[in-house]
Amino acid sequence: MVGPADTYSYMIAGYVVIFGVILAYLGSLVVRWRSLQREKTMLEQIEEKDMGTDH
Amino acid sequence: MEKKPVLLTVLDVLTAAVFILASGMVFLYAPMEAVMGWVQKVFYFHVSAGWVGMLGFLVAAVAGIAYLRSKHQKWDDVGVAGVEIGLIFMLINIITGAIWARPIWNTWWTWDPRLTTATIMELVYAAYLMLRSGIDDSEKRARFGAIYAIIGFASVPLTFASIRLFRTIHPVVIGSSDPSAVGAFDMSARMSQTFFFSLFAFSILFADLLWHRIRLSKLEEQVDQLKMELYQ
Repeated sequence: MVGPADTYSYMIAGYVVIFGVILAYLGSLVVRWRSLQREKTMLEQIEEKDMGTDH
Repeated sequence: MEKKPVLLTVLDVLTAAVFILASGMVFLYAPMEAVMGWVQKVFYFHVSAGWVGMLGFLVAAVAGIAYLRSKHQKWDDVGVAGVEIGLIFMLINIITGAIWARPIWNTWWTWDPRLTTATIMELVYAAYLMLRSGIDDSEKRARFGAIYAIIGFASVPLTFASIRLFRTIHPVVIGSSDPSAVGAFDMSARMSQTFFFSLFAFSILFADLLWHRIRLSKLEEQVDQLKMELYQ
């Protein structure tokens, strides 16, 4: 009797792509978020400093 | 930036839970297909990724209509989030399709109507992001994005219907396949349950990612606003 085809390595490759791409996208969201937060904090500090100088 | 909403944290936890459960069902609950073997298990998340991809493009088109009607920036945020997530999941769909095709069709790629239309759709939306990034004026960018997302959506029903309209070797999941389709199989009850739960899990994941991506756009706008105030 012939069993199912030996396609185990293809399944592994498929799930590596699925989880890999999703994790990479999650990572990109986190990196972009942190970078924007840092930039925002820095800009707020500059703004506060500017306002202090004006007074 | 306002604090992360509690509901979003709840959604994060729910997403992780349903995703782990769906993965468990794929590997431990669904039986192995008798002919294709292990690679058939890619099918559950391959189709779900395609569903989320098309859902993202649908959301972008609806957001485009809403933007043109209201001119509210929030609809542009929704649109760009839908396209970005749609692109990521269509990429997963296309790559996993090629991986599945190698042992079943004996080729990584063939210019079959479904594969061709899916690739065109992916390129249409990749161009959306590239063209958007070249427009500085936020209002112009949002208007362009809205119109592009509405017109670009024509590629979505075409891709969906391609396996039903044209002669193809790509199997149809719901409905009857073309006689020349290779790799079609009858789903057992456990396979159907796993398939529909995977679709559900990916839909929850889409909602979660969409919310996070919209929040990212809002933060970008706040930073841009601060820059404008400082450098005027």
